[in-house]
Amino acid sequence: MDTMSPLERTLRGLALTLVVVFFMFPIFWIFLMSFQTNETILAIPPSIVFSPTLSNYAALITGKLQTAAGTLDIAFMSNLGNSIFLSVASVAVSLVLGVPAAYAFARHKFRGSEDIAFTLLSFRFAPPLLVLLPLTQYFQWLGLSNTYLGLIWVYQLICLPLILWIVRGYFEDISADVEYAYRIAGHSWFATFRKIALPLAGPGIAAAGLLAFIFAWNNFVFALVLASADKQPVTVGALAFVTSSGIQYGQIAAAIVLSVTPTLALALYAQRYLVEGLSLGAVKG
Amino acid sequence: MTTLQLKNIVKRYKSQTVLDDLSLDVADGERLVLFGPSGAGKTVLLRLVAGVIEPDEGRVLIGGEDMSDVDAEHRGVGMAFQNFALFPHMSAFDNIASPLTATRSSKEKITAGVQKVAKLLKIDHVLTHHPKALSNGQKQRTALARALVGSPPLLLLDDPLRNVDAKLRFEMRLELPRLLAAQGATVVYVTQDYKEAMALGDRIAVMAAGRIHQIGTPQEIYTAPADIEIARLFGDPTINLLDVAPQRSGEGVFVELSNIRVRLADYGSDVVGRQCVLGLRPEAISFVDASAPGAIPVAVEAETPLNEKTVTLTLTARGREILVSRPAGTPGPTVGSAHISVNGMQALLFDRASGALLPRADIAAKRNGEAA
Repeated sequence: MDTMSPLERTLRGLALTLVVVFFMFPIFWIFLMSFQTNETILAIPPSIVFSPTLSNYAALITGKLQTAAGTLDIAFMSNLGNSIFLSVASVAVSLVLGVPAAYAFARHKFRGSEDIAFTLLSFRFAPPLLVLLPLTQYFQWLGLSNTYLGLIWVYQLICLPLILWIVRGYFEDISADVEYAYRIAGHSWFATFRKIALPLAGPGIAAAGLLAFIFAWNNFVFALVLASADKQPVTVGALAFVTSSGIQYGQIAAAIVLSVTPTLALALYAQRYLVEGLSLGAVKG
Repeated sequence: MTTLQLKNIVKRYKSQTVLDDLSLDVADGERLVLFGPSGAGKTVLLRLVAGVIEPDEGRVLIGGEDMSDVDAEHRGVGMAFQNFALFPHMSAFDNIASPLTATRSSKEKITAGVQKVAKLLKIDHVLTHHPKALSNGQKQRTALARALVGSPPLLLLDDPLRNVDAKLRFEMRLELPRLLAAQGATVVYVTQDYKEAMALGDRIAVMAAGRIHQIGTPQEIYTAPADIEIARLFGDPTINLLDVAPQRSGEGVFVELSNIRVRLADYGSDVVGRQCVLGLRPEAISFVDASAPGAIPVAVEAETPLNEKTVTLTLTARGREILVSRPAGTPGPTVGSAHISVNGMQALLFDRASGALLPRADIAAKRNGEAA
């Protein structure tokens, strides 16, 4: 960095600023929109100066949407709760199933292990819409449609392959000798898994979990088809803002701010540990 | 202390046979060195004994007990890995303590045990450090301490000095025999360094391509290597190898070097006329005056002073290169022509086609006697 000329430094700063502005502007704009009424949002030309209002947030939190046509009930807060519950539960189930499976695929090459691993990954190849129609049928027969259990099960299509493949890579990066050393020291394979493999792959597991969480959180189509209003997450719930009396931009913006916050907070929180863990030199002894 | 027996071990990876019908006995309290080039199967063998990989055929017996169905954690062996294989997320203390925590020892016992072995290996001041903060030498000692701390009856050391610098390797080569003797354990030690093998082994097993080619005391391996390859691997500078055809006169068997007869007192007439390779250790050759009996004229090409000896590269009249070694400080020619004399008593004869050492007359006679 010391060798950079002032010109170079300025240009670099400028380029970085441009990139940041480009990516942050939509978020910043939506943040502003969430404090405006529909009228100021739709005003031409748009203005950055306005008198902020909390009415959008109030409407979301109370669940009463005031429109020109009258008061409308919206279930945003319960949608948010659904999102959190579905995503957390799905990732939890995926971790419980996926991490031991990833370990098995990484450490034990058995007949057909590659095929099984690939089949699990191939779940992500199929367009969700293609899977949905038969799935809807099955779910109705099984009585799983419009249940949390059913949704969490379907979310495994999103989370499990992701976690399996990412975590498997991290397990493979751990030197087998390190695990052998622990076995030879007199510990069972399960203790080795818990005390050696899990901590060393920890950052990878966290990264995979975070990624799976974001994917689950952002899922739209599964929940749209397989769940009705009381089980739907925010992604589907946001449709309610498209009302007969117009699109409620202010509320949508507020809803986006509220629904982005948990993932953003989680990512910021986890980032510290991710970087720390990854720089631990996870595999070098 | 315990014995280790390997019986007809076969290990294949896909189509490649890594260990080929290998059998080996290690006596109670013995230090056996497995010596061989990389890819010889030494490490695989050690892992088979440790129980982290399974043989395709054959059995491993520790203390007379068949280990086929015994998991690694119940075999009671200690092992140090070439790449140290320390647990990166644990402090040096926890690394060393891991064999003790497995036995659910009390905290005081664990602390005492770790402190003792750490003091012995001079790493007691870095016990709180994580492996990342340890120097290579400290890592190596930590790995060794981890293998030693549980006082296992069988110790497996996989080239533990490979990844440390030359100075430390030299130190440890001096220190290890004492350390291992104090442990009283049966030791299998893998190395690619012949000096290490000679310094540490009660016996040396020379491995190549999944088989043991020779097993014997360091002295035996050096003075009577089973074949040319082993003769070449042991000794620095390497052995001189010259194509010869032994002949016989009234005095006995001799070979001609530059038309000078060198008598091979140890060999019988069975080697006469065979296509052979003469193996001459550089220290079996000395510079002499031109008038000395059996003096062979040579041209001095180059001289390399090593610390304790001086090695001279010479060229015979027929253009064959011969290395001569003499203790440092003793007189010798540095340039021009000179004469050498060969100690026929220390000469080795190998069969040129097979590379195998030809038995000396006295050994052959002894064998015949045993057979009778």
